[in-house]
Amino acid sequence: MWAIIGIVLKIGVVVGLMQGTVAYLILVERKVAAYAQDRIGPNRAGRHLTLPFGIKINLPFGLLQPIADGAKMVLKEDVVPTYVDKPLYILAPMIAIIAATLGFAVVPFGPVGPGQVMQFQIAPGVDIGIVYVFAIGSLAVYGVVLAGYASNNKYSFLGGLRSSAQLISYEVPLGMSILGMVLLAGSLDLGKIMAWQDQHVWGIVAQPIGFLLFLVSGFAETNRLPFDLPESEQELVGGFHTEYSAMKFGMFFLGEYMHVITVSYLTVILFLGGWDFPGLSVEQTGLLSAILKVLVTAGKVSFMIFLIMWIRWTLPRFRYDQLMDLAWKSLVPLALVNLVATAGIIQLIRG
Amino acid sequence: MVLFNYVFIGALLLGAIGFAAAPLVVVAIVAPRRRSREKQDIYECGLRTTGETWIRFRIQYYIFAMLFVVFDIETVFLYPWAVSYVGLGAFALFEMVVFLVLLFAGLLYAWAKGVLRWV
Repeated sequence: MWAIIGIVLKIGVVVGLMQGTVAYLILVERKVAAYAQDRIGPNRAGRHLTLPFGIKINLPFGLLQPIADGAKMVLKEDVVPTYVDKPLYILAPMIAIIAATLGFAVVPFGPVGPGQVMQFQIAPGVDIGIVYVFAIGSLAVYGVVLAGYASNNKYSFLGGLRSSAQLISYEVPLGMSILGMVLLAGSLDLGKIMAWQDQHVWGIVAQPIGFLLFLVSGFAETNRLPFDLPESEQELVGGFHTEYSAMKFGMFFLGEYMHVITVSYLTVILFLGGWDFPGLSVEQTGLLSAILKVLVTAGKVSFMIFLIMWIRWTLPRFRYDQLMDLAWKSLVPLALVNLVATAGIIQLIRG
Repeated sequence: MVLFNYVFIGALLLGAIGFAAAPLVVVAIVAPRRRSREKQDIYECGLRTTGETWIRFRIQYYIFAMLFVVFDIETVFLYPWAVSYVGLGAFALFEMVVFLVLLFAGLLYAWAKGVLRWV
């Protein structure tokens, strides 16, 4: 009984925190964009507010912008065009959200394993770990493709087609890039891969090529610039979400930012040591060390998210043929070479 | 015990469906609804749309889909090999190199045939 309440609480807290983080990530993104372009960005929402009972508050940096955005999403008219395939049209944003939420199930956001105060993972002990994340991540393709197809709009259709080809092309190097880490740790369990890095070295040192491949493919899988061809507002208006308005449009954004969080967590766990930090080790099982480990992980993830935003405002978009070339002619051969080299070196060291 | 772990994922799936459906329900109740023919037309930069949208599209998308299937299945084969590699001998490395060389030859063939060139 208590176990069930514990599960429900954990799921509620994690998913709630994620959604709240996503709301603020949109503000952070706009702020990063603004500073990258030497502007100020949103700074009004939260200024000179009078709450009930005459309480006056004055928050800087547009801190209440996410609340204003959310209210706008809910209160706007939800236009459904006449010619759309209605069941699929409504299903598409739901798939985007469901796939993004489910992908986080096996991602450890703190220490996991026997003897810990608490398993900081929604579904601890699922030993297929990273394969599960990729399997669910592939489902997100359906959200984009169905949205493009169901909209009955040429821009959306093109966006959906492009995105299906892009996402499946980059899934191959994404899957191969982590094989080096799996070889080293001898497990697909993300918790065990973290523990291996604590005992040896960080993944970025052991697998620098794997890290680069994972980062590039991860960008493509989250549809972020420089790989945002499914949307590319200058040529396809809005790509697959041209015909979506109000909350349904917002749901695609929620899904996208949740993917950004998941990819950042995966990068940190696979290549940046997870909670590993000087002074912390896998043997410490106290409550204080657990909290510190969660905070260290969150700090590294914040840096990764900032890096993703930074790159978005630094690099221009790829052309479509360059995009496909990069996947099939550079990343896939490089991933194969990296895999064979890693396996060979392990064999050499073992003798 | 192993199967029990998947119960958490099932619970999360229920929660995710709830999180996905709740905004749509709230919007259906709260949001205003003023319909008009122009508003519900297909977006086409203000022009009337001509021709069908759901047409046959170019073959190249299918070719990339087939390439994807080949290489994704290959990756799935590599996962169990990578997990148990520590316990296997040098022969496992040799076997996998043969497998990868065969597939890489396939990729090179597709490359030489011009399949990978996006036109």
